[in-house]
Amino acid sequence: MKAFSIKDLMKNRNNAAYLFVLPFIIVFLIFNVYPVLRTLFLSFTEYKGYGDPVFIGIDNYKRVVGDKFFWRALYNTIKMWSLNIVLQLGLAFLLTMVFSDIKYKVRALPVFRAVYYLPNLIAATSVAFLFKTLLDWKYGTFNQMLLTMGVIDEQVNWLGDTKTAWAVIAVIQAWMWFGNSFIMLMAGVQGIPSDYFEAAAIDGAGRWTTFGKITIPLLRPILLYIAVTSLIGGLQLFDLPFLMNGAGGPSTQGAPSGTLQTTVMYLYKFGFETHQVGFASAIAYTLFFIILFVSIMEFKFIGGKED
Amino acid sequence: MEHKIKKGILYVALVVLALSCLLPFWLMIVNSTRSGVEITHSFSFLPGHSLKDNWIVLFDYVNLFTGFFNSIKVAVPATLLTAYFSAITAYAMAMYEWKGNSLMFKVIVVFMMIPSQLSLIGFYNLCQKLRLIDSYVPLIVPAIAAPGIVFFLRQYTKSTLSKALLEAARIDGASEILTFHKIVLPIMSPGIATMSIGAFIGNWNSYLVPLILLNTPRKMTLPVMISTLNAATDLQKNQGAIYLGVAISVVPIMIVFSFCSKYIISSISAGGVKE
Repeated sequence: MKAFSIKDLMKNRNNAAYLFVLPFIIVFLIFNVYPVLRTLFLSFTEYKGYGDPVFIGIDNYKRVVGDKFFWRALYNTIKMWSLNIVLQLGLAFLLTMVFSDIKYKVRALPVFRAVYYLPNLIAATSVAFLFKTLLDWKYGTFNQMLLTMGVIDEQVNWLGDTKTAWAVIAVIQAWMWFGNSFIMLMAGVQGIPSDYFEAAAIDGAGRWTTFGKITIPLLRPILLYIAVTSLIGGLQLFDLPFLMNGAGGPSTQGAPSGTLQTTVMYLYKFGFETHQVGFASAIAYTLFFIILFVSIMEFKFIGGKED
Repeated sequence: MEHKIKKGILYVALVVLALSCLLPFWLMIVNSTRSGVEITHSFSFLPGHSLKDNWIVLFDYVNLFTGFFNSIKVAVPATLLTAYFSAITAYAMAMYEWKGNSLMFKVIVVFMMIPSQLSLIGFYNLCQKLRLIDSYVPLIVPAIAAPGIVFFLRQYTKSTLSKALLEAARIDGASEILTFHKIVLPIMSPGIATMSIGAFIGNWNSYLVPLILLNTPRKMTLPVMISTLNAATDLQKNQGAIYLGVAISVVPIMIVFSFCSKYIISSISAGGVKE
């Protein structure tokens, strides 16, 4: 073993790189790679969180596929994500159009940008608590404001009604994330050479034509990035519905009537409440394959042909 | 003239949107100074006089400063580890030629795309085996390996660092690690700072992982502590105290933001124009 010493290794200075990346690799293998593989292994077992896992083949996956509550949770999650992404991207696009308009030359971009981004900075737990209290049925400040303004005649039970609760979560999600999307789109627009816009203006292209024919196609990579990251994040929705459900405290039940139960809440229920760890692992992997599939679809649709 | 009116309408719309971002926080601050009775009877945009009472009610139930310091104990070391080790890893990947470099890059990209729920159960299981439940170690040490930040800093290093500079240092006889510490780190520092602020906020706001790992109430981080608030207090009576609790968790981040919003915004912009 004498032949291998640090000194020898350092003779070729490119070898220093191995020492530099070593801490990362060790921690990465232990805390990133191993847990992912361990979850995969557990998904083929029956495991109660103690003792030894018992191998049971693909039974957990069969159970996931046949479990109507899993599909309901997935449906809830996608429903909330869809409304959120439409609002979030719609607003971000409108803002990008306004701030990149060469005719209006809107000022104070840094100030607006910072304010629009603020909700994203606050912990989802604090946001959840704040809105849960503001939206309180009987005594919430939000209902009081609407009553005073005459918008509503009696208090709306925002988080207790199956018609409104999921939409409230989606709107809060959009409120938290539109600033983030706007900043990314705006950064992309600022990267487009201004000649493009000037040329379009000379050719007499209107605002919407310029936006549709120049801005959006050139922003495609960023749009793809937002769509994929938002999907990965959105299908993992947990904090808000876990804390803001119609029940009293934090709960995985997704009250009212399970409409707020997301897939990760469902996973949490089995992984950390009822201790059916193998089943919870299978839920995690099923969700992963669904996310993977949708991401590939997004690449196909938004990514388009490489030209 | 028409142009000016349109522009005016545009500004009004932008300001209304900005107010909708600020209003909930303003109501939070106002309500944290009003009594429970006042809050349940009417709303107000102006502060009241019950801040002290709310404070007493809140801290009678839970000492949020414990959670505050716990969060600092977790978020500060985790951020420092992320900053240093992401930088040195990114530097090695960007500036050296070694076997496995391109493989490592591919693995990092793949892991950036893997949703964290996929590792949640395996991670918990690992911590059980290592007897690290209810400890801060699994909240801090994994910060050494942050694939997304390494990815960004690798691109950043490639575009800001010149090989000629490194050659000069080597000719002067500086060791590789000394070159990194004395020359590379200062040059990379704007990129590192940008990423660190993002990492800090992520650590500070993290909820799910501390929730599953920490059992002892006095070890809980701020978000976990906040989430237990309405479990025991009567919402109706003490809404003011709850608003105050939320305000205590939110105001520090708002202060940090007011000082370094420029860096935070540029870190998001960087995420968008990666390629």
